[in-house]
Amino acid sequence: MSRYKSPAARRYLIRMAILMSLYMVTLFVAVYAFRHHLVAGALAWPLAILPALPVIGVFWAVMRLLVEEPDEFLRMLLVRQALIATGFCLTVTTIWEFLQNFDLVPPGNGGFGAAFFWFMGLGVGAIYNRLTVGTAGTCA
Amino acid sequence: MNNRLKVLRAERDWSQQDLADRLAVSRQSVNAIETGKYDPSLPLAFRISELFDLPIETIFVSPSKD
Repeated sequence: MSRYKSPAARRYLIRMAILMSLYMVTLFVAVYAFRHHLVAGALAWPLAILPALPVIGVFWAVMRLLVEEPDEFLRMLLVRQALIATGFCLTVTTIWEFLQNFDLVPPGNGGFGAAFFWFMGLGVGAIYNRLTVGTAGTCA
Repeated sequence: MNNRLKVLRAERDWSQQDLADRLAVSRQSVNAIETGKYDPSLPLAFRISELFDLPIETIFVSPSKD
């Protein structure tokens, strides 16, 4: 493993830890409130959106790393990773949508939305980087 | 892009990590440049050139002359 860890990479790890903790808390609160019928009406909307905010924060954290990382090679790896993740996510969700359109799979996604496949795509991108350039990059 | 980075580094008895530290980049960057998997930007190429006190064209081989 390399000793190199830029301040940007450290900030990314701290941001991810905070956002993941927030996600766990907000998801728990939302699931608990809906299961026990504690919310209804207008309040239900912001509560339902609440767990999405830390996930959106993760997108922001990845993009900030892209801007803040001073090592140009690691930046390039991250760009490739994000592009592969985007392509992977769009491919999976498009295929899934057409399968639903023709009633070959049930409606809904069982909680596995676009974000899930984008994060999975980051993993695919890291593997691609590893295979082609020999290293996965910072955001692996 | 082919280059003499590995030779120049060996002449100074530097590891990839030593060179990375001197250039303020990751060891992966040095490895990728040395093995020709990544071409450095012009600013980084100048930093390498200034570190070894050699002109860029004596470190990196022009693809048209390769």
